[in-house]
Amino acid sequence: MSVQPILTAGIDPATADATWHLDDYVRRGGYAALRKILAENITPEAVINEVKKSSLRGRGGAGFPSGLKWSFMPRVYAGAKYLCCNSDEGEPGTFKDRDLLRYNPHQVIEGMAIAAYAMGTERGYNYIHGEVWELYSRFEEALAEARAAGLIGQNILGSAFSFELFAHHGYGAYICGEETALLDSIEGKKGQPRYKPPFPASFGLYGKPTTINNTETFAAVPWIIINGGEKYLELGKANNGGTKLFSVSGHVVRPGNYEVPMGLPFAELLKMAGGMRGGRKLKACIPGGSSAPVLPAEIVMDCTMDYDSIAKAGSMLGSGAVIVMDESTCMVRALERLSYFYFEESCGQCTPCREGTGWLYRVVHRIEHGQGRQDDLDLLNSVTDNIMGRTICALGDAASLPVRSFIKHFKSEFEYHIEHKKCLVPPEVQREGSKIYVRPSQC
Amino acid sequence: MLSEDALKKIDREVNKYPADQKQSAVMAALAIAQDEKGYLAQETIAAVADYLGMAPMAAFEVASFYNMYELEPVGKYKLTVCTNLPCALSGGVDAAEYLKRKLGIDFNETTPDGLFTLKEGECMGACGDAPVLLMNNKRMCSFMTTDAMDQLLTELRAEPAGAKS
Amino acid sequence: MLDIEIDGKALQVAEGSTIIDAAHQLGTYIPHFCYHKKLSIAANCRMCLVQVEKAPKPMPACATPVTNGMKVQTHSEQAVKAQKGVMEFLLINHPLDCPICDQGGECLLQDLAVGYGASASRYQEEKRVVVNKNLGPLVATDMTRCINCTRCVRFTQEIAGLMELGQAYRGEHAEIMSFIGQTVDSELSGNIIDLCPVGALTSKPFRFSARTWELSRRKSVSPHDGLGSPLIVQTKHDKVMRVLPLENEDINECWLSDKDRFSYEALNSPERLTRPMLKHGGQWIEVEWQQALDYVAHAFKDIAKNHGAAALGALLSPHATLEELHLGQKLMRGLDCGNVDFRLRQSDFSLDGKRQGAPWLGMRIAEISSLDRVLVVGSFLRKDHPLIAHRLRQISKRGAQVSLIHSADEDQLLKVFAKAIALPSQLPQLLAQVVKCSALAKGAAVDASIAAVTVTPAAQQIAESLLSATHGAIFLGNFAQQHAQAAVLQALAQQLANITGARFGFLGEAANSVGGYVAKALPGEQGLNAAQMLATPRHGYLILNAEAELDCADPQQAMAALKQAATVVVMSPFKLPGALDYADVLLPVSPFSETSGSFVNTEGRVQSFSAVVRPLGETRPAWKVLRVLGNLMQLPGFDQDSSEDVRAEVLGLAAPEFVADRLSNLIGEVTISVTASTGDLERVADVPGYFADALVRRAPSLQKARDAAPPALRMNAATMQRCGVSAGQAVRVKQGVGTALLAALLDAGLPDGAVRISAAHPQVAGLAGMHGAITVEAL
Ligand SMILES: Cc1cc2nc3c(=O)[nH]c(=O)nc-3n(C[C@H](O)[C@H](O)[C@H](O)COP(=O)(O)O)c2cc1C
Ligand code: SF4
Ligand code: FES
Repeated sequence: MSVQPILTAGIDPATADATWHLDDYVRRGGYAALRKILAENITPEAVINEVKKSSLRGRGGAGFPSGLKWSFMPRVYAGAKYLCCNSDEGEPGTFKDRDLLRYNPHQVIEGMAIAAYAMGTERGYNYIHGEVWELYSRFEEALAEARAAGLIGQNILGSAFSFELFAHHGYGAYICGEETALLDSIEGKKGQPRYKPPFPASFGLYGKPTTINNTETFAAVPWIIINGGEKYLELGKANNGGTKLFSVSGHVVRPGNYEVPMGLPFAELLKMAGGMRGGRKLKACIPGGSSAPVLPAEIVMDCTMDYDSIAKAGSMLGSGAVIVMDESTCMVRALERLSYFYFEESCGQCTPCREGTGWLYRVVHRIEHGQGRQDDLDLLNSVTDNIMGRTICALGDAASLPVRSFIKHFKSEFEYHIEHKKCLVPPEVQREGSKIYVRPSQC
Repeated sequence: MLSEDALKKIDREVNKYPADQKQSAVMAALAIAQDEKGYLAQETIAAVADYLGMAPMAAFEVASFYNMYELEPVGKYKLTVCTNLPCALSGGVDAAEYLKRKLGIDFNETTPDGLFTLKEGECMGACGDAPVLLMNNKRMCSFMTTDAMDQLLTELRAEPAGAKS
Repeated sequence: MLDIEIDGKALQVAEGSTIIDAAHQLGTYIPHFCYHKKLSIAANCRMCLVQVEKAPKPMPACATPVTNGMKVQTHSEQAVKAQKGVMEFLLINHPLDCPICDQGGECLLQDLAVGYGASASRYQEEKRVVVNKNLGPLVATDMTRCINCTRCVRFTQEIAGLMELGQAYRGEHAEIMSFIGQTVDSELSGNIIDLCPVGALTSKPFRFSARTWELSRRKSVSPHDGLGSPLIVQTKHDKVMRVLPLENEDINECWLSDKDRFSYEALNSPERLTRPMLKHGGQWIEVEWQQALDYVAHAFKDIAKNHGAAALGALLSPHATLEELHLGQKLMRGLDCGNVDFRLRQSDFSLDGKRQGAPWLGMRIAEISSLDRVLVVGSFLRKDHPLIAHRLRQISKRGAQVSLIHSADEDQLLKVFAKAIALPSQLPQLLAQVVKCSALAKGAAVDASIAAVTVTPAAQQIAESLLSATHGAIFLGNFAQQHAQAAVLQALAQQLANITGARFGFLGEAANSVGGYVAKALPGEQGLNAAQMLATPRHGYLILNAEAELDCADPQQAMAALKQAATVVVMSPFKLPGALDYADVLLPVSPFSETSGSFVNTEGRVQSFSAVVRPLGETRPAWKVLRVLGNLMQLPGFDQDSSEDVRAEVLGLAAPEFVADRLSNLIGEVTISVTASTGDLERVADVPGYFADALVRRAPSLQKARDAAPPALRMNAATMQRCGVSAGQAVRVKQGVGTALLAALLDAGLPDGAVRISAAHPQVAGLAGMHGAITVEAL
């Protein structure tokens, strides 16, 4: 399968950590798109149109068409408008934005500048996950380079277009990945999601019109401008334009990021990641980050990696985080850990999530520890019923979907736990499967 | 309360935001204050709030909401190990267990010499490098095999007192 | 207007309404906890979920805007299932011990759980326990009961103006708390008790003293500040147990200041006077009413006969009822004595005879909310007028410009547009600057003394702000009314109002600051005013409801005058410590809760009320006591049967809702003199809310509040240096012949040369006057 990388084009993994600077990026053709727009006086409408044509869908998880989102911003507005980049990558299994910011921060800066131009915003913030502090520092350095070269700031490249961009760091809260929580966090508050409507396009940062996109979404923009929306769309498949970075983690030989065209068969992706570790068999896969429903091996092996195919299989492409689990995995234990995560990360604002995530975790924890009760699985499903669709943001759904899908596809394992007060997968098998992974290259 | 240097750094953060939105710098300011003081004592939070012209309770809300702020003293080196599922599949939990044994402490405890505090972390967005741990909120340590962990501890123990990397 | 349908009923609602607004319009109840009409929408409890046609999931009624053609089902299967689901979540970590909860019987959670809760809990895990917080003497906590609706947090942020409470931590660990170790000190803090839908925040003074169903509810009116908040007084066995706001959008909205809410504790104070007392050979003895009244009648008659009626004087409290004030002045006038006054803290009376009516707010209270430019002159706004400050806070948030001229710069917790701070003697000068500046802009003529002042930038800004008003107002606060040059300040404010087109009014200090004028509790032609009565001591005094040494402008003079008098009759609900010294007769009269009567509030609204409990012991309503005294003195016109009869004498048979025709802020010609500072230290005195009248002084919980801290000596750094004093040091201050020992405090909000010492506290009762020269001596 021939793979034409866009996001990672021209980056050599061996030297990547040293070639992130402005001149490296320019050497790879960077900032040509921004220059082109300004030199040729391409109108903002035309830029948005190109993005619409590309069928680029938000890479943050919800897959919302980006061009459409940009067109929601009021064109004429008295006062500030804002642009935010969501680099608060914290969805378990996702680590693609990290590599984008680490190896190619200017691509994100350029993408943001183009978006700012298209929407007429003069100020932007990149919200960077607190735990990847080194990238926050690096992004600030990259911003300084871009500012010095007149690529951001006042009158960019001598044009009338001005755009100030700053980095804002998170400090340990998954929920700040939710776009309105992110806005509150930039405002210096707790990151608690806001009820929508009003949507950010009318009431965003500091109450002003704001657009938020994922890092990867912005990173794809320069290529689209240079090569045209249609070209981008062709790289993938209809309604699923372009390439996508998949973060493959778990029981594969080479965990890591893989940029592939949308629509690539799952099996191919698995192969690129070196296949299953230790010759063990694939048991299950979470195809779109921890919030996406888990799929058993037989279903996921039939999927292609795009929004539509994964949705049809009953899950979500989400952030493109592919968590691969082999037969050594105890599904109850896996779910217990995920449920703990949502319980820990609920912002505590709305009732169903604050109270429900703890309830879910405690019941799964009980089952895992041999104290399950007969009606626990019904109870779990019923509690998720009461959470889903009743919360301010999608974290409630994110906490519920794993529970429902794990029970749905691996019910017998849960029942075995409840009945026998122990795991179906022998402990030594589990231990072997989850031991510290020493990569072939590390040996 | 806070050093000149810290205030200068905070000023730099304040400048990122519109003039009437100083509060936006509170996360950065608390992080800077924590770097300087080791943890966020009540007075430190109050001082930050005062500097940014916000209610102390508003600053406390922030300090208590985000995981990486410490409201109690921690050791010189805080090691946060990710044990979330993707990491656990590649030994995240085992790595944490190894450190517990090596340091003789459990999560949220500090070694008697005040050198190390161990924390359990949530996803750090680096699952491909599992096992991973974060040192003092700032340095991400990837591929933490037992050898790598031994090496890290040796390195940190060898650092002169007072120095912080 | 939008057309919508709720539960099959069609209605039209205004654009921008939410579903809950629309339901209210229809009288349909949608269960809710976090929603409150006066607070921002949080949509966090999720109790108000309803079914909206075409929406895939239930929508929160409190936060969902109505769209045209929307069809809402509040009781459909989907809606009720969602509501029940939320109720289950709310209860899993909530203690199910209503019988021992103080909120029992008036708990929204309990009420709704009956309708939406299941009989048995499916939650069998361990329940959360949250440690209680010490929020101060007024609000008790039981935080395990908290449902995290954040009403209390939003109240402190949005209404009280300072985020004293927050929701700390996150997820299931989220808890409501104040900043570690701090109490909630807002003068509006008690409202969070009403707002809390569960038993997490309850009244500390009331705690566990009664169950809601044992209480009788009666309407009343607060006797404190000029707002006259309507009250619901709850009683049990003839004892006032609790006070709650009676909602009135035009007055208090749904709020109460802490003073109005908690002062009731004084009604049950051990200091209550329950029997008449006479001083006999230097000893106080309890006597029968008849004996006491005879004594008073004789004593006053004797004085009038031997020294002339002018040897008497009456000092009536502005917190007394209209009926009491009326009969008080009628009694004196019946004796042919014109020495009557209720303006006890006033010191400039030069406008007497020049007024055309009772000075008042100049507008309805509710109109404050639609002002766009306001200047407040001389007011400790937040503490003197908590709910007017709140109204100004809300308009300042909406973009109105609120400016201040004062002698102390305090945080009013509102967005101040411009402020000018100067020594008390310089306030006329400051105001004159604003007048001059406005006059220049409008081409209006001003006096030479005004034309001569130099305009500072702050004054310029204030003038410009007022000139740009659509609905402007200038208010004179208590400090301006008590000022030594109050007449000049008023004349200047009136000029400024004329020039700028702003309206002009007074923030009424006390419940009957307007009522006193209406009742004519004022000196007649030849009568002496409050200050003169004390400056030229009388033989006999009648004091109603006041503690002269704390409530008069010059306590030193008051004490001296009263001590030398032959007869001092004090009518009070309390055994006043000062009076025990200087009085000869103590007559126990009813506080507001034990009598009927009326207050005329600062907007001229007449509010009559009935007694809510029987008078304590042998206490009698003061109007009855005055009536009997009139009869004993054989004066005509003391045969009223009821307080309504008394009121009718003042206001006519059908008492009007407003005394509009008695109100006027217009004054005759005043010579405006604007003087330079003498360079002497000047006293700046506030009357702290919790020392302001005899009732609050005896309310134990209020006395434990931060705002009830004993007076200190505040100065800015330059003044401290000039006096050779350092912060924290003990200092002797001297004013007139009196001294006080106080601790020095640094206060950067004071102008150079200002010495701020609160008034109305026993510790400073030895000092002469609320303003004027003062000396400071380090110890
Ligand atoms: C609980 C939660 C966590 C999220 N975390 C992230 C995140 O880490 N990164 C991200 O880009 N989007 C995240 N999102 C999605 C964002 O809300 C938002 O949809 C996205 O940033 C929009 O950008 P896009 O249109 O480019 O995808 C999260 C959403 C939810 C509900
Ligand atoms: S204390 Fe009461 S008002 Fe405050 S959040 Fe909790 S339940 Fe709501
Ligand atoms: S009342 Fe609507 S969510 Fe609470």
